[in-house]
Formats: sequence, C-alpha cells, structure tokens
Amino acid sequence: MNPFVGDQLANLHRLAPEVVLSVFGMLVMIADPFVGAARKRVLGWVAFAGAVLALASVHIANHFPGPAYSDLIRVDSFSMFAHVIILVAVALAILGSLDYLDQQHIQRGEYYALVLFAAAGMGILAGANELVTAFVGLEMSSIASYVLVGFRRRSPASNEASLKYFLLGSFATAFFLYGVAMIYGATGTTRIDTVQAALEKIITADQREPALAVLSLALIFVGLGFKVVVAPFQVYAPDVYEGAPTPVTALLASAPKAATFALMIRIFYVAFSPLTGLWFWLICVVAVLTMLVGNLAALVQTNVKRMLAYSSIAHAGYILVAFAASTSLGVAAVLFYLAAYIFMKVGAFLIVTHLGQQDEKRVAIQDYSGLGSKQPVVAACFSLFLLSLLGLPATGGFLGKFFAFQSALIVQRRSLTLLVVIAAINSVIGAYYYLRVIITMYFQAPSRDYTPSRVAPAVGIALAIAAAGTLYLGILPSRVLDLAQAAADSLFSH
Amino acid sequence: MGTNPYLLTVITFLPLLSVAALLMLRSDDHVWIRRIALAASLAEFAVSLLLLRGFSSTNPEYQFTEYRAWIGDAIHYHLGVDGISLFLVLLTTFLTPIAILCSWESIRENVKGFFVSLLVIETAMIGVFVSLDLFLFFVFWELTLIPMYFMIGMWGHERRIYAAVKFILYTMFGSILMLVAILWLYGKAGTFDLPDILSLMQSGQLSFPPRTELLMFGAFFLAFAIKVPLFPLHTWLPDAHTEAPTAGSVILAGVMLKLGTYGILRFCLPLFPEAAHRMAQPIAVLAIIGIVYGALVATVQTDLKRLVAYTSVSHLGFVVLGIFAFNTTAIQGAIYQMLNHGISTGALFLGVGMLYDRRHTHEIKQYGGLATPMPILMSFFLFIALSSLALPPLNGFIGEFLILIGTFQSHHAWASWAASGAVLSAIYLLWAYQRVALGEVTVEKNKTLPDASIRERVILVTMAVAIIFMGIASPLFTRRMEASVNNIIEQTSAPRNASRPAAVPLARPIAGHVVTLPAHPVLATLAEKQVRP
Repeated sequence: MNPFVGDQLANLHRLAPEVVLSVFGMLVMIADPFVGAARKRVLGWVAFAGAVLALASVHIANHFPGPAYSDLIRVDSFSMFAHVIILVAVALAILGSLDYLDQQHIQRGEYYALVLFAAAGMGILAGANELVTAFVGLEMSSIASYVLVGFRRRSPASNEASLKYFLLGSFATAFFLYGVAMIYGATGTTRIDTVQAALEKIITADQREPALAVLSLALIFVGLGFKVVVAPFQVYAPDVYEGAPTPVTALLASAPKAATFALMIRIFYVAFSPLTGLWFWLICVVAVLTMLVGNLAALVQTNVKRMLAYSSIAHAGYILVAFAASTSLGVAAVLFYLAAYIFMKVGAFLIVTHLGQQDEKRVAIQDYSGLGSKQPVVAACFSLFLLSLLGLPATGGFLGKFFAFQSALIVQRRSLTLLVVIAAINSVIGAYYYLRVIITMYFQAPSRDYTPSRVAPAVGIALAIAAAGTLYLGILPSRVLDLAQAAADSLFSH
Repeated sequence: MGTNPYLLTVITFLPLLSVAALLMLRSDDHVWIRRIALAASLAEFAVSLLLLRGFSSTNPEYQFTEYRAWIGDAIHYHLGVDGISLFLVLLTTFLTPIAILCSWESIRENVKGFFVSLLVIETAMIGVFVSLDLFLFFVFWELTLIPMYFMIGMWGHERRIYAAVKFILYTMFGSILMLVAILWLYGKAGTFDLPDILSLMQSGQLSFPPRTELLMFGAFFLAFAIKVPLFPLHTWLPDAHTEAPTAGSVILAGVMLKLGTYGILRFCLPLFPEAAHRMAQPIAVLAIIGIVYGALVATVQTDLKRLVAYTSVSHLGFVVLGIFAFNTTAIQGAIYQMLNHGISTGALFLGVGMLYDRRHTHEIKQYGGLATPMPILMSFFLFIALSSLALPPLNGFIGEFLILIGTFQSHHAWASWAASGAVLSAIYLLWAYQRVALGEVTVEKNKTLPDASIRERVILVTMAVAIIFMGIASPLFTRRMEASVNNIIEQTSAPRNASRPAAVPLARPIAGHVVTLPAHPVLATLAEKQVRP
C-alpha cells in the first residue's frame, strides 16, 4: 500500500471515536426531517448507539497509539482514558434526555446531533497536542453547549442561561486564544511538546521565565478555568446549570469538565512544566478559593440544581488538590477522581431530571420531602450519589478524594499538606448540604400535592449504570486505578 | 484445633448477608422481618463464640488473621483479633440481638429499614474491631455513621433531626482529620498495614520528629475523643442518646462509644508513643473532669434518658483515664470497663426504653412509685443501676476497681480525684431510682401499668446474667487480655529516647497478681480503702 494512504488510514483510526460521533451526528441531522414529530425519540436511540459505538471505537484508536496528523493529536493511554470518561457521561446524558424531552415537549433531532458534536469536540480536547487544535475542540464543544443550554426555548431561565453562557464563554475562549498567541510569540510554536522544549531552552539561557510565557500561562488558565468552573470564574455556573435543561446540566457538569481537565493537565504538566514553580501556587490558591466558594454557597441553596452546581464547583477544587501535586501520581488521582465524579454527578442530575416534571417545576429541595417512602429505590439511588459526592467510604467519591489527598500528601510538602487539611475540612462543610437533602427525603413527612411519575426505562438503565459505577469504583477500584496510573505515565513518557 | 480460616470474614459480613435476605422480603411482612433479623443476629452471636474456642490467651499477636491484596500494593484486606478486640467483637454480637428484641414492638414504621440499619451497623462495628489495615479500618469507621444517622433521624424522638445532624457532623469532622493523618502516615511508611508500620517503628526505620508526632497524635486522638466522647467534646452525646430509639441508644452507648476508646488503645498509643506520654497529663485531667462533670450533670437531669446518657460521659472518663495510666492493670481495667459499660448502660437504656414504651415520656416527674405496679421491672432496674454504680461483686466494680488501682500505682492524684466519681455515681443512680420507683404512685396513669412482658423478661434476665457472670468470672476475661495488653504497653513504653519509663516496668510484675485480686473480697475491699484519698 502507498505509505501515504497507510498513514492516513492510521490517522483515521486514531480519530475513530470522533469520526463515529461526527458521522452519527450528521446521520441524526439528515434523518431528522424524515422522522415524524411523534417518533423523534428514535433519533435519540440513534445518538445513543453512536455514543456507545464511539465508546467501542476507543478500542480501535487504542491499537494505533502515537501522534496523528503531524502530531496535532496524540493517541495515548491518557487521551483514551479521558475519552472513555467523556463518552460514558455523554451516553448516560442521552439516556436521561429521551423521556425528558418528551415531557417538556421539545423532542427534536438537533438536540441529539448537538450532543454528539459537543462530544466530538471534547474528544479532540482530550487528545490535542497542539494549542490551536485544542481551541477548535474547545469551540466545537462550547458552541454546541450554548445552544443546548437554551433548548427549553419557552423558558426565560433557559434563554437567560444560554445568553449568559454564550457571552461569558466566548470571552473565556478568547482569553485562551490570546494565551496561545502569546506562547507562540514566546516560543515560536504551538505544539505542546515543543513548547516545553523551547521554554526550557529559553529559561536555561536567560535564567528567568520569559514574561510572555508567564502571561500566556495566566491567560490560558483563565480560559480553561472558566470551562472547568473554578473560582473566581465560577459566577456564571449556577445560573447556567439551573436554567439549562437538566440532562444538559448533567452533561455540562461532567463531560466538558473531564475533557478540559485532560487538556489542562497536558498543557500545565507538559508545555508549562518548566513553569511548575509558578503555576503550583496559582493552583493552590485557586483550589482553596474554589472549595470554599463552592461549599459555602451550596450551604444556603434551596434549589437542588443550584446546590448541585455549587457542589460541582467544590469538586473542581478537590480535583485541583491532586492537580497541585504535580506528579504522575497526582495525574492518576485526577483521572480516577474524574471517573468517579461523572458517575455520581450524572447520576444525581438524572434523578433531578426524573423528578423535575413539566417545566421543571419540582426542583426545590423541599419538593423531595418524603421521597424515601414514595419511591424508595429512587431515593436510595439519590442517597448513594449524594453520599458519594460527600465522600463516604465504599463509594467512588470517597476513593477519588482519598487518592487525591494521598497524591498531595505523599509529596511531603508543607503547603500541600495544608491544602489537604483545608480540603478535608471543606468536605465536612459539604457533608451538611448533602445530608440535608437526605433529611428531606427520609426524615420529613411526604408532601401530599406531589406524586413523582414512574421511572422511565431509559432513565432506570442510566441510573443503574451510574449507581453500579459509583459502587464499583468504591469497592473494587484496582483496575481503574491501574488504568489511570498507566494513563498518567503515558503522559510523561514522550 | 481446626478453625475456619475465614472465620473473621464470616463474622464481619454475616449481618450484611442477612441484610440481603431482609431486602428480599416484602416491606409490610413485619413478622418475618423481625424473625429473620433476630435469627440472623443470634446465629451471628453463636458464630462469634467460635472465636473463644480457637483463641490462645498466651499469644500476644493477632489471631485468626486474614491477609489479601485489595487496592494496589499498599491497601490490604487484613483482619485479625487479639485479646483487646476479641471481647469487643463479642460485646457487639451479644448486644445486637438484644437491640433487635427490644425494638420488637416499639418500632412500627418502616420496620425493614430499621433492622437493615441495625445489621449494617453491626457489620461496620465488627469491621472496625477486626481491621488491621488503616484504610480498611477507616472504611468501616465511616460506615458506622450513616446507618446510625438514619436510625436517629427516622425512628428517634421529637428533636431527632437536630440530634442526627449534630451526631454526624461532629464525628465526621474528627474522622476527616484522622484520614489526613492516615494518609500522611502512609506517605512516611509506604503502607497502611498496622503491624507493618509498628514493626518499621520498632526497627527504627520509621520515626517522627516530636512536633509532627504530636500533630499526628492529635489528629487521631481528636477523632477518637469525639467518639468516646471526652470532655469537652461530649455535647453531641446527650442529644444523640436521648433522641435515638432504644435500640439506637443501646448500640450507641453499648458499642459505638467503645470504637473511640478502642481506637486510642489500638492506634494512638502504639503509633505515637512519645506524644501519648507527653499528652497523658492533660488528657487525664480532661478525663477526670469528664468523670466528675458527667456525674454532676447527670445528677440534676429531669429527663431519665438524658441522665443515663450523661452517665456515659462519666464512665467513659474512667476508661480513658485507665488507658493513659499506661500499666497493665489499668488498661485491663479500661477494657473491662468498656465491656461493663456496654452491658450496664445498655441495660439501663433498655429499662428506660421499656418505661417509654408504656408512658411515652422520659420525664422523671411523670413517674414515681413504679415499684408498686411493676415490681419485676423495677427490681431489675435497681439491679442494673447497682451494676452501673459499681457495687461489688457486680461487673462494674471490677472494671472501676482495676482502673483505680492501676492508676493509683503511677498517679495517686488522678486515682483520688477519679474515685470521687464512683461516689457520685451512687448518688445520681440511686436518687434516680428513688424518684422513679419508690414512694407512692404519684401519677394516676401509672397505677395500671403492666409489668414486664415475657419478651422484656427475657431481655432483662439475659442482661442480669451477663452482669453477674462478668462480676464473678472476670479472670476468664482478663486472662485472655493480658498478653495483648502487655504487648500494647511494650510498644507504647519503648520510646526511642525514653523520657519517663520508670513507672511502667514497675507495674508489669505486679499486674499478674492483681488480675486475680477481684475474686478475693477481703483483699479487694482493703485495696479499695487504699485508693480512697
């Protein structure tokens, strides 16, 4: 075979998940006009099949490790691990959307197409080895998300959320792009691995960090910090998470976070590794701020969606604790945390989806009173997710925190030890608001005016997967942990 | 003797297995839920007795050990019991059927959930006592919280939600710092395995600078001290105990508080010996304050259940004091007192619960002269109160006496102050008994109260038998503890630059004799006179 063709084929294989997602996305769009209004659900199942196939095709990509398309994309264990996390979250969110869209009378094909395109963008984010490619991925996932957030067209809250997200999100991606431009100015390259080499050279030559690179570090952090929702860029998140259709919130709170953290790790641990001394402090300060803001604000929320939004801010803070460790163990801990996080977070939001009812009327914590006696299984699942978010043993959330704290403490650095203590105290603050929901569900008399609808089969499957994942990662984490460690090691082996 | 190599796993997870069986029953099938729960817990008790058969009392090492890889290289599924944890496991398996029996009729709502919680707690508590891996220990430690939280919050009395939240936030705060300390320890030692860490310390490969050791000790101790609870961290206890349903109070007071004292003995002392010695004085002072304060506050309570709750603060103060006296006698006494307190206070809560079932109040004012309508129940109540206030030859006496005499050997002042608690306990318990049981029946409703039913008599007789048995057969227990206690003391008293080892070796040769002392009434009273200031 012509070596060029062979090369192109290999490249295609390396992008298999993104190819599958895009093809299915287009398939949904093409089929949309030919499917009657009453049967749009079918498109949802097509999209679900696309997500599952993409998940399976990660296996194909995994057989062709290495750089693709002139090293714009990297296929390594790291990007594969991130792909799996993202695609599981996307698949669960699609399952949660099917009945939700019917209930809200917004069942449309483009919803699913947008979800798949966003997923493809996130896949690129996770594998990008070049900053402009990363920007393309960022935009792909963001623009699709802006539309998805506003999908409840008749709801002012949804519209407001969409606009807010769009304006601030564009601003943030612009910051990111500025950062990329600066680093190009400083080093003459935008490839993550060559940036590292160039920076090292400059620093050894000048004996100090180039100002442009430092500025670029700051700007890129702003752009990515917005996407993973860390303080002080968290202001938009509660409004957007509240206004967005709940399955979209489930998606937003999980998959893009995982993808952006993956990119952030690649940029900070590889490209900016010569500047570790600088960003270490940045991450520490932001981590403390993020945990405090997230947890303290969540304490006073009365709306479940807002409460979970603030809780996801707090969780970004815990992830940053492992991030600050700046070791391969820290990367593994971040990846494991993300894996545990998507199950519990998507699971929790799917419960909110299920209980929301028409126009999302039932999203106050008080609406959940007596759920323990009305729908014991749903309440038990929700308790499991909440306890996992809280970090109780035998759940994935506990081990996520455990490994995060462990990776930071093992460095034996005083500032990191202090950071872990702050994180630990924060998780007790967090306990209060998670337990408050459990109190409402179990200890309070059922509200009479509200009977939750039956659990739809699709939602039931999604919940079962999320609950099983949470327990699996909590009790038998060895396998995933090994994979996470291998993924982290692959990042440093180039 | 051929013992099952998986005996500890079976004991730990049998209750969880019966939970699976319970979950399969229909939730309105109350009769069978109760029966299966009781049968399962009795079977569990029977299985746990097998531990006694294969247990070698001369072996200071862990027995029935199980060791398997679990997560990565560092975390293992490592179980084992020694003379310290053996009886605590038995206490747990003994009290659980009692707790199930006492909630037979009083729990009417969500019966299934109640017994499921109870059995999950049993698994978690046994797990705490048998774990030899710090990670595994922490997992079980935290798992005790949620079912107890539900128990208080769902089946408790009026202020149950407040009590449940206070209970869980208090304990979580302590345990999360312990988690940080465990992880930090792992960073130094490279393993979570307790015996491995201890042998690393003994061979000198692992040591901590004094300040760090103190911080680590503090992080562990805070978690345990909240659980015990040591004055001034006790404020969650009266609320939790008072608001919990009877079975919850029995489990809380009977076993859960011992998780704290057990943790101090198992982890704080051997892992951080120097810090333990350095902090012994202030901790003993807090323990003594707890003894006296708990007793005084108990005296003035108008709520019977709250009164019993405060006695725990006082009695557990004795236990902590005994542990920090660092000699065999006192620590044996402390462990014995943990068991006694589990039986006696558990029984007191059972009695209070029986009164509550009849009148739905804990107000002492609502009672009075109950000995007339309910002679049997009230005689048992008196008997239990006497055991709790340490009347010889009942069980409470042995524990307190061993603690006091052991403490006296190294610290006269501590023992003298603590002894006043023994006097106070007679005051608050007998006075409470007088107000509840003696005199004329003051409230009209009380005249027709039924006496103890068959079920209640079974419970009370069982507890009374346990009280007498532990009072006269104490050597059966102390003999099995001695080797392990000496082991702990050795680990604790061998600080690398020993600052004050003098008191400890002195105590050891005496210890052997003292253990048999309580059986001898004359010597016992003589020794008691010595103890009094």
